Amino acid sequence: MKIDDKLALNLFHVDSEAHIKVDKEKCRKCPHKVCTRVCPVENYTLEGDELVFAWEGCLECGTCNIACDQGAITWDYPRGGHGICFRF
Amino acid sequence: MVLERGENPGSKNVFGGILYSTVLNRLIPNFWEKAPIERHVKGIQIFLISDKNAVSIGVESEEHNKPPYNNSFIITRNKFDKWYANQAEEAGAFIIPNTVVDDLIWENGKVVGVKARGGDGELYADAVIVAEGVNSLLTGKAGLRRDYEPRQVALGMKEVIELPKEVIEERFHLNGREGVEYKYIAGDATKGIWGGGNIYTNLESLSVVTWVGLKPLMEQNIKATELLEHFKNHPFVRNYIKGGKTIEYQAHLAPDGGYDSTPKYFTNGLLVVGDAARFLNASVHYEGTNFAMASGEAAAKTIMEAKKKNDFTANTLSYYQKLLSGSFVMKDLKRYRKMNRFAEANPEFFGPYFDVITQMAVDFFTVNELPKRTAEFQMLKRFRSGLKQFYSSELGAKYNHNWFTRTFARICPLMRFMWQSLKGALAFI
Ligand SMILES: Cc1cc2nc3c(=O)[nH]c(=O)nc-3n(C[C@H](O)[C@H](O)[C@H](O)COP(=O)(O)OP(=O)(O)OC[C@H]3O[C@@H](n4cnc5c(N)ncnc54)[C@H](O)[C@@H]3O)c2cc1C
Ligand code: SF4
Ligand code: SF4
Repeated sequence: MKIDDKLALNLFHVDSEAHIKVDKEKCRKCPHKVCTRVCPVENYTLEGDELVFAWEGCLECGTCNIACDQGAITWDYPRGGHGICFRF
Repeated sequence: MVLERGENPGSKNVFGGILYSTVLNRLIPNFWEKAPIERHVKGIQIFLISDKNAVSIGVESEEHNKPPYNNSFIITRNKFDKWYANQAEEAGAFIIPNTVVDDLIWENGKVVGVKARGGDGELYADAVIVAEGVNSLLTGKAGLRRDYEPRQVALGMKEVIELPKEVIEERFHLNGREGVEYKYIAGDATKGIWGGGNIYTNLESLSVVTWVGLKPLMEQNIKATELLEHFKNHPFVRNYIKGGKTIEYQAHLAPDGGYDSTPKYFTNGLLVVGDAARFLNASVHYEGTNFAMASGEAAAKTIMEAKKKNDFTANTLSYYQKLLSGSFVMKDLKRYRKMNRFAEANPEFFGPYFDVITQMAVDFFTVNELPKRTAEFQMLKRFRSGLKQFYSSELGAKYNHNWFTRTFARICPLMRFMWQSLKGALAFI
């Protein structure tokens, strides 16, 4: 099952502003781009050499924040009541 | 007063499946008669799997079908946490949802309140209990801990898969409200990464989980999302979930690293409970819920004592530490400390060794015309050569990076395996 199909099943109250900020300058020099492998919703992808980050499907797990050792991520929760709303 | 960032308590929460309830049953006797429980846990089935072989052992008891049901209940968090929060409200708590706490307010070295996001959301109190879960941004900002390293967390991914009640009961041999956990320990369940897989029977769905240590995940060239798909499609898993329809996808971190990674969990005006304090027994007994509730109870008792004296300094709040040290929370964290270190230092136990152990079990039960003694001898020979093959591989060399161990392992593979197993057993005791 594709990740997009899984996320389509979830209830999100998407915030208009990203709660996670990524400093792409640092990503450019990053040797491993480990975020593209560890994020459980594949929010980090590569377009050519360029890192692309989407926050809409974020499950607010915190994995990217701990995995990135380049200091590129400023991680926070979305505004109260926004973001993922698990039903089960 | 409780501040919760989700639209209700539970809407941001993820766990596998079993609520351990000794503390809850003390607070709300016979809670299972009222709470939204999916099923009680009558037993557990443990699997060691390789890509083609499996060994499993089941433990169940008729005793677990009677109150208090071995204090183990399968629940889903949104439903249960919402109910539990209502009980707190009925007991006088005031819950404010949709509210993110951004920071603590300090005055003269003491925590005196919290800052909520937006507007002028400042709230003052005699004491603050931080129960913010594994990411614990507030304890970080308060300087009570160092930055977390990947080895101190595990990533869990879960699908809730809908199936008719009757199918679940037939497939897992359940009557009425009986439930089970199928627990897969690492091996091919996680492509050899330290972690595991689980299936929990809800009433009309299954919770299917894979979880892995973040550090070993980062070291492999594997995508996290592939792991849950691999687990679901595994020959020893897929038949249990066959015909099911996924209705939700979840992911969350869990604390790993046990006692050694606990932060400073009290200071002037502040107590830290549950996952935020990394109170979780990450062993074969994966108990987080009971630890969270026990630490919450100890925090409440401490604040009641402090209120009597009207003194909320660290000196009085140290009573919290005393209560925890006397309870299973600290005792179990300390007991499994060596186990956690062992697991981290000996990753071969969770991958390569499973291949040879499960193969040995399959060889033992292979039917052919060899006299059994000869067959058993061959089984041991194959076990030895399996080990040797691993020690001679690139991975084996990586895990046994010291020259002496590597050479010893290649010459005497059985001795190396037995020595390591003995060390493992000692770490467990
Ligand atoms: C995949 C997985 C499987 C697990 N399986 C089991 C299991 O089967 N059995 C078991 O006993 N344990 C299990 N655990 C562990 C268990 O989930 C935790 O130990 C337990 O949930 C800890 O409870 P807690 O209240 O400390 O934290 P949480 O349950 O994480 O709750 C934290 C709460 O704080 C809120 N919050 C956080 N930050 C803020 C903020 N800044 N402002 C306002 N609100 C905030 C969150 O929205 C949330 O409601 C599992 C964990 C994972 C990840
Ligand atoms: S790991 Fe960090 S620095 Fe590297 S690409 Fe990802 S976000 Fe950027
Ligand atoms: S918090 Fe988790 S889900 Fe969200 S972007 Fe980071 S890794 Fe992905």
